[in-house]
Amino acid sequence: MTTTGRGVVLGGALAITVVLLAGCQPEDSPSALDPRGPRAERIADLWWLMFWLGTAVFVVVMGFLAYATFRAWRRGVADGEPTDRHANPFLAGAMAVTVLVILVVLGFSLWTSRLLVEPDEPPALTVDVIGNQWWWEVRYPEVDAITANEIHIPVGEPVRVRLLSDDVIHSFWIPELSGKLDLLPGITNEFWIEADEPGTYLGECAEFCGIQHAHMAFLVVAEPRERFDLWLTGQVEPASFVADPLVERGQDIFLTAGCAACHTVRGTAADGEIGPDLTHLASRETIAAGMLENNLGNLMGWIADPQAIKPGNHMPNLPLAPEELEAVVAYLLSLE
Amino acid sequence: MSLDQAGLAQDLPRDVSDARATSWFGTLLAAGCQAVLLVSVIIAYVYLGSGSEPWPPVGIGPPDVLVAGIGTVLLLASAVPMAWASAGIRQGDQRRLKLGLALSFVLGAGFLGIAGYEYVRQEFEIETNAYASSFLVLLAFHALQVAIGLVMSGLVQLWAWLGYYDARRHLAVQNTALNWYYVVASWLVVFAVLYLSPHVMD
Amino acid sequence: MATVAVSDQLTQTWAARSGIVGWLSVVNHKQVGRRYMVTAFIFFLLAGRDALRMRTQLAQPEMNFLSPSEYNELFTMHGTVMMFIFIVPILEGLAGYLTPLMIGSRDLIFPRLNSFGYWCFLFGGIFLYSSLVTDNVPDNGWFAYVPLSGPEFSPGKNMDYWLLGVTFVEISTIVAAIDLIASIVKSRAPGMSLNRIPLFVWSVLVMAFMILIGFLPLVAGSVLLELDRTFGAQFYDPEAGGNVLLWQHYFWIFGHPEVYVMLLPALGIISMIIPTFTRRPIFGYPVIVLALVAIGFLSFGLWVHHMYTTGLPPLALNFFATASMLITLANGVNIFAWIATIWGGRLIVKIPFLWILGFFFVFVIGGITGVMVGSVAFDAQVHDTQFIVAHLHYVIIGGVVFPLFAAFHYWFPKVTGRMLGESLGHVSFWLVFLGTNLTFFPQHLAGLQGMPRRVYTYSPDLGVGLWNLLSTIGAYVFALGVVVFIINVIWSQFRGERAGDNPWGGGSLEWATTSPPPQYNFRVIPTIRNREPLWAQPETGAGDREEEQTLMAVEHGQPAMTDLAATRRETYGTTLADAVPEQVIVLPSPSLWPLVLAVGVAVLLASLLTGVYPAMGIGALTGLVAVAGWHWPSKERIA
Ligand code: HEA
Ligand code: HEA
Ligand code: HEC
Ligand code: CUA
Ligand SMILES: [Cu+2]
Repeated sequence: MTTTGRGVVLGGALAITVVLLAGCQPEDSPSALDPRGPRAERIADLWWLMFWLGTAVFVVVMGFLAYATFRAWRRGVADGEPTDRHANPFLAGAMAVTVLVILVVLGFSLWTSRLLVEPDEPPALTVDVIGNQWWWEVRYPEVDAITANEIHIPVGEPVRVRLLSDDVIHSFWIPELSGKLDLLPGITNEFWIEADEPGTYLGECAEFCGIQHAHMAFLVVAEPRERFDLWLTGQVEPASFVADPLVERGQDIFLTAGCAACHTVRGTAADGEIGPDLTHLASRETIAAGMLENNLGNLMGWIADPQAIKPGNHMPNLPLAPEELEAVVAYLLSLE
Repeated sequence: MSLDQAGLAQDLPRDVSDARATSWFGTLLAAGCQAVLLVSVIIAYVYLGSGSEPWPPVGIGPPDVLVAGIGTVLLLASAVPMAWASAGIRQGDQRRLKLGLALSFVLGAGFLGIAGYEYVRQEFEIETNAYASSFLVLLAFHALQVAIGLVMSGLVQLWAWLGYYDARRHLAVQNTALNWYYVVASWLVVFAVLYLSPHVMD
Repeated sequence: MATVAVSDQLTQTWAARSGIVGWLSVVNHKQVGRRYMVTAFIFFLLAGRDALRMRTQLAQPEMNFLSPSEYNELFTMHGTVMMFIFIVPILEGLAGYLTPLMIGSRDLIFPRLNSFGYWCFLFGGIFLYSSLVTDNVPDNGWFAYVPLSGPEFSPGKNMDYWLLGVTFVEISTIVAAIDLIASIVKSRAPGMSLNRIPLFVWSVLVMAFMILIGFLPLVAGSVLLELDRTFGAQFYDPEAGGNVLLWQHYFWIFGHPEVYVMLLPALGIISMIIPTFTRRPIFGYPVIVLALVAIGFLSFGLWVHHMYTTGLPPLALNFFATASMLITLANGVNIFAWIATIWGGRLIVKIPFLWILGFFFVFVIGGITGVMVGSVAFDAQVHDTQFIVAHLHYVIIGGVVFPLFAAFHYWFPKVTGRMLGESLGHVSFWLVFLGTNLTFFPQHLAGLQGMPRRVYTYSPDLGVGLWNLLSTIGAYVFALGVVVFIINVIWSQFRGERAGDNPWGGGSLEWATTSPPPQYNFRVIPTIRNREPLWAQPETGAGDREEEQTLMAVEHGQPAMTDLAATRRETYGTTLADAVPEQVIVLPSPSLWPLVLAVGVAVLLASLLTGVYPAMGIGALTGLVAVAGWHWPSKERIA
């Protein structure tokens, strides 16, 4: 009974795995098994090798166990004599196979990590990513551009990423493009990433970093070189000025209501360093580290009550009258 | 000796006071634990040192060896009367036991005083930086081992005065001595790490 | 002296004192072991309840069953309690209970230390849980990485509860390990040479050594962190020359060996149960012992595989990857030797054996995913994701909890004198088995699909809702299995079938005495000439033959237990390799001092926590008095 029971479970588990690994994932799930860059591809290859070898090992070991159990059970019923007849060759053979499997896995694994050390060609672009509780500062040191929670990269080119932290340990993970690497205070880590096709990829913080660790995501936008260059030039510029009474009023409130103590808007007096740089906020797809889509409604909600949306985050609720709120958001939306 | 030659239980010794005793073995294990702890703390000093050039960091000179050196001599010396006392009681010599323990205690306490002085006389405090923290904590950790050793030796001293020990029964003395030798030996390591290595590495 | 008179005398000599003081001063390894196991099991239920609440929150994306801070407290308490306060103590309790019975002695040789260990464990657990009362629950995960757990980012008392509570429990773990080592080395029954030690005892010996070497670095690291937090030391602050990775090294130099500390006694349990139910000696005893020792050594060379993504040089990482994969060989030897044992055996399938079969299934899956995450490159994808959560529960539940349940069923008759019910046993096994796979298998997929661990909620876009739902259902199925098990235990305790001395026909010494065993374990300590004395030496069986056996032993010029005074607590001291008797160990009587000492330590730690430093003096003084009282020599001169 036990053997059949195990067989059923085993078959079931295997069936589930294969079915869902084979592709019943949602279209845009950021799966490590749906790689879109050379790093993740190499790791996925390694995974599939290990998956099939592992499955084989499991099936064979369970097979031997089932057979042994059956034999022993029959001998028990018949009250036969215990024996060690096949024990030695079995142990030796099994260990030999184990050694072989381990060597294959180890070899493939070492080879893969060698491939990951350096990209095929040296990266032309460097991005600095600085972890903060619970958002990402992104800098392009070569051109002095600063943004947050969104990394643009040229498609098909390796990009060097330098990882630092301002507070606690975070971990930088883009399942579809790369594995992960930690951001450690006091230590700078280096990494490279590359995307094969244009698209937007989800990145996440993997190391527990406090109360809002669950909401510390970012986007990686891979685009053709020209569009990327255009974007980068835009990001270098100071904030654009829109002559509109509401926007101007919004800017005044932004500078006086306390926002400027934490946020920088280049080209204005706002030079706070606690929160994300908002100079080109309107060009970003999300706010609050990937939590919300960047649109009028969400911005209103966020500024009115950031603590309700993302409890414990480091932006306080500031008392703004509804029309002040409207003005501030109009201003923020003007920051293209 | 094989199993068949072993005597009857009534011929076997009870209350042995040598290395066969269970608590002697227990003391050995306990000293081993202290050693693992001590090495763990030394690791902090070495690991943090490996990340800093120079070590001790700029602004802090290599520690002065003289006072700590005197302490080292005292502590080493304290092992001698301890050995003398424990050998004495094995022959039933109560006077040697008491005198030796007392002498060793005084020398050990002298060392503890010097360690305390070393702690306060440094120009830095525990908050100053990682070097300061690891230096002082290692020093203090060893001092704690010394203090525990002194408590043991003090209690044994008390029991010696109360006349609990004789030529056959003196296990606690042997255990105390064993622990004390560990304390002395481990200081040599700490001394080398804290006081000598910065001079040698220069 | 007549047999009956000897028994009466022994009963009187070994009796616990009566009354509440008697209860508090108990030192006998069987009572202390039982207390360890019962207390640890209660902690298991508490931590399991935490898990159910977490799983409820994760059942669907963006649920609001728990607040983020509650969730963080829950996984911290769940992991911490399971690892420090459930699994290691329950295994040490089991080891403390069984070791003297298996090696043929009358108690552990430091009974008072054993009792001190229990009190430290109990107080440490209470200490940690008292954080709930003051609402300062630790919330940094079971490995408490700095700087998040340091003074700047955890300014409250949360982490102080964690550091001091965990250290308190570790004191208990360490003293229990010392006791186990010393007992196994010094007091085996005459003739139980190294190659006749039961495999469970071997595994306990290796485990205990690993504890001594592995747990102290974490004690040191915790003390340094506490110094950072309370006295402004700078060990972990990068701005003053400290280093955040130092903590990770301390933690994992402890943490990796810790997982094998859990695994080893479980392997020992399996090596005891399989022979009994296949009714034959284990195949490959020497290789299994070698494998246990090899696991012990190798496990100190793996810790960096928990730090693959910290950016250490690839060469160093791959060194640890190689070591991680090598340890598979040692585990493989065990697995295959057991299969070979079963292969040639005459099987009867009873509940304990069912749990062993479950062990094979679940543990091998967990081991294989362990080998996968042992790869530096692959781990970069799954580190800190639900895939790791899946791995760790597969190996721990399959590798340790299943054998533990097997052990409960197998030794319950010895401990209580009654059998655990069969039919409820089947029900609870299948519920737990299915629950385990349903809970933890889907987590592999959630992890690969991009779900990190320690997140209190997740976005529906991630596409992992179904996996989480299955996993939550599984957790409840598991819990149901646990409930059935508890009912079975309570019912069997009172109504279970009477067991007799050796209900399973086992071959090791614990089955030679009555169930439950008398306080003094064995009236006559048998002389051992075989690995399975009860199979090869029928005379070791308890009961009427005892007198005969004693005579026989005396005739052969061998020491026999009648020589030990029945009026004192005595047991044999034997040599390390061949277990030739070299002394008679006189064991101490029950005592309150261990409790007093533990109270002293508790006061010390509590004053550190609350900042009422003068109270530290009281704690230290209490401790000093307790140590003096504990060791106060007696004037009695023993022959
Ligand atoms: C009982 C506890 C236990 C056991 C036994 C193991 C066993 C193993 N573990 Fe696991 N591990 C944990 C408990 C355990 N682990 C925990 C708690 C964590 C997470 C900590 C945290 O982050 O919170 C962890 C995390 C963990 C990591 C870190 C992952 C990460 O955080 O990114 C790694 C990486 O190498 C690892 C590797 C291994 C390996 C190689 C084994 C090997 O020992 C497994 C060997 C066994 C087998 C392989 C099965 C039997 C063998 C055969 C049948 C032979 C044939 C097999 C083959 C040819 C493959 N484990
Ligand atoms: C011994 C080790 C052990 C054991 C047995 C378990 C058992 C279980 N664990 Fe645990 N787990 C860990 C060790 C363990 N875990 C560790 C170390 C971590 C990492 C923590 C960290 O990240 O810091 C972890 C993390 C962890 C997570 C991940 C949290 C996260 O990363 O976000 C989850 C989520 O599903 C989980 C679930 C479970 C479940 C469902 C069980 C079930 O098997 C439990 C089943 C048991 C019961 C359900 C008990 C029965 C209870 C009742 C009948 C209720 C009634 C009781 C009372 C009222 C008192 N565990
Ligand atoms: C005390 C510091 C502080 C103040 C004051 C503050 N913020 Fe913030 N702000 C933050 C932090 C920190 C974040 C990042 C929160 C997160 O995602 O965890 C943030 C995020 C934001 C974001 C989202 C940015 C992004 O890219 O995700 C906007 C928009 C914003 N703040 C606007 C404002 C406005 C408008 C005000 C004034 C009314 C203001 N902030 C006041 C600290 C502050
Ligand atoms: Cu940042 Cu998690
Ligand atoms: Cu490990």
